[in-house]
Amino acid sequence: MIRLKNLVMNVLGPDAREDDNIAPSTVMSLVVPRKRFAEATRALKKEYALLAAEWAADETPFGRGYAVFACFRREQEYLVIKTEVPATDPTFPSLTKKFAAAFRFERQIESLMGLTPVGNPDPRPWIKHEDWPADAWPLRKSFDARKRLPRVAGEYAWIRAEGDGIYEIPVGPVHAGIIEPGHFRFQAMGEAVVNLEERLGYVHKGIEKRFESLAWEEGARLAARVSGDTTVAHSLAYARAVEAMTGTIIPDRAHWLRALFLERERIANHLGDLGAICNDVAFAILLYHFHRLKESFVRTNMKLFGHRFLMDRVVPGGVTVDIDAAGIQTILEELDPLTREFERLVKIYDDNSSLEDRVRETGILRPETARDLGMVGIVARASGLNLDCRIHHPFPPYDRIAVNVPVLISGDAHARAWIRVEEVRESIRIIRELLKDMPGGRISAPLAPVLPDRSGFAAVEGWRGEIITWVQSGPKGEINRCMVRDPSSLNWLGLEQCIHGNIVPDFPLCNKSFNQSYSGNDL
Amino acid sequence: MIRILKQIFRTGIVSEPVPPVADPEIERIGVQLEAAIRQRFRRSMTIRQVDAGSCNACELEIHAMNNAFYNCERYGIQFTASPRFADMLLVTGPVSHNMEIALRRTYAATPPPKIVVAVGDCGCMGGVFGESYASHGAIHNVIPVNVTIPGCPPTPTALLQGILRAIGQ
Ligand code: SF4
Repeated sequence: MIRLKNLVMNVLGPDAREDDNIAPSTVMSLVVPRKRFAEATRALKKEYALLAAEWAADETPFGRGYAVFACFRREQEYLVIKTEVPATDPTFPSLTKKFAAAFRFERQIESLMGLTPVGNPDPRPWIKHEDWPADAWPLRKSFDARKRLPRVAGEYAWIRAEGDGIYEIPVGPVHAGIIEPGHFRFQAMGEAVVNLEERLGYVHKGIEKRFESLAWEEGARLAARVSGDTTVAHSLAYARAVEAMTGTIIPDRAHWLRALFLERERIANHLGDLGAICNDVAFAILLYHFHRLKESFVRTNMKLFGHRFLMDRVVPGGVTVDIDAAGIQTILEELDPLTREFERLVKIYDDNSSLEDRVRETGILRPETARDLGMVGIVARASGLNLDCRIHHPFPPYDRIAVNVPVLISGDAHARAWIRVEEVRESIRIIRELLKDMPGGRISAPLAPVLPDRSGFAAVEGWRGEIITWVQSGPKGEINRCMVRDPSSLNWLGLEQCIHGNIVPDFPLCNKSFNQSYSGNDL
Repeated sequence: MIRILKQIFRTGIVSEPVPPVADPEIERIGVQLEAAIRQRFRRSMTIRQVDAGSCNACELEIHAMNNAFYNCERYGIQFTASPRFADMLLVTGPVSHNMEIALRRTYAATPPPKIVVAVGDCGCMGGVFGESYASHGAIHNVIPVNVTIPGCPPTPTALLQGILRAIGQ
């Protein structure tokens, strides 16, 4: 198979050159002229590459202008295509026509960096709400992040559906229940949903901008709080990106402990989600039992590692907490009853026809749609896409430990629940394997010095799916840019598409079966 | 069905008493909790939780208060969907710029006594996100706060203790 890099080089010839600012060990990166940016990506589309992320950086501290990056993925490979955008003409060609997922990335680039995607059909701001001043572009270096934003008048242009009997239901930002804020707008006809539009950004805390005022070590604490339920995976993605940029090699034992934490995070969240999904179909008994298992599980985290969700346990250079023989024994002793109890609950789930009736064929995301939108993680694997960076872009120790991920094709709420069931089983197995031959030695290494104008890339499979973090050092070796792409930025698009034709009362169930992060999306 | 019944009997009751705390003042309030809720809130106290910009880990712990181990309902604590029925607002996160108005409106819609509890290091003082164009920092920068519960995130036990403190005030 031709490598992605060569596909682009074949089309662009000498116009495409390798980016020597990125550490070559992390990802292949090409720089292409702006006028040929869209053309370069067309070659990738033809060969079934998917768009994984698109972002911009302000490179004026280096005496350059801006830069736009698009990251593609196909099987084992990632390719980043960079194009430079002069400060005097802050525009770039849109990729939306070829890659649907680009439309929100580009709206975000325009909203926060002030670069206009030429050809993007949707000019409405994203994350930036309509009451921000139009020229507030927080990711530009010239923007003073300490100042309060003044509020201006403005209104969001919702997509409308018209016709006899169509009515609109606005929901949020403050929802019923204990969940994060966001706004959903339904157009419905009787009980059937005709269209759903999401509007997010309510929990935008300026995370990406804040990174730029922190030292690399402090950045780790912020990365751990991008999306609290995914604290291990986000810390890991940040740590790996920084290590890649600096060429830091970390001890094997740290890799093993990181994987242990990552799998524990996966199990805890899946148990929580399975309970919540059952609760949304009014089967509360499984909610209480799954959550009981989750609670015992996070208590073990507390006992062994000092934090219920393992926050700040993964840092650039390694991990901050070790495990001893007694700790390993504690985990092994926990896994047997967990497996037993878990299987009992799964049996109840599986046996119950009233439950089955609600979850099957609800919120179907077809494989074609999932592909077109570039879904990742659980959502992708429930809709027939075999994607998991533990397998396709394995980071240690997954290059030495086999991972078997299930893939289902029905794409309904049941499939998304069942993928979680299978993954809990698999993660339990992985944990046993990790503990069986954990390498000895140290648990961290000092970070190599940060050189100016370097970048690093990392892709990590968190419990929701692939997380991408890209970091860039400034002229003095400080953080110039830290781009975080939570799986939610892609998967929220899928929720909008899976709901058509379902009844309004099934929305909470569909939403729960996706369970995407608002904080990770809004940053 | 038989499986479900078996599961119920096999598990039994796992709810635990709130562990005693070092501070005798809180302990005293803990003992008085049910009496206080009985007296002041006619046996049930209703909480509206508002995420004003959190990273969502604080929400995980608030959820955990409802699990069988902590079982906060046994004290008469309930969560409601509408601020109009709420005795207390349990607010997390630094207040994001984009949530500021929604938070103010929720506060305005809450009837007296309007007890506000700020949850987490972010709710208490802005946490890692601090104050910026996008974050107004601590909850008290936007609405009046009665009690703060620090922690990142605070454990369910710390949350329960904080709520007890707020009721005792
Ligand atoms: S206090 Fe900690 S856990 Fe809570 S919202 Fe802030 S960062 Fe997240």
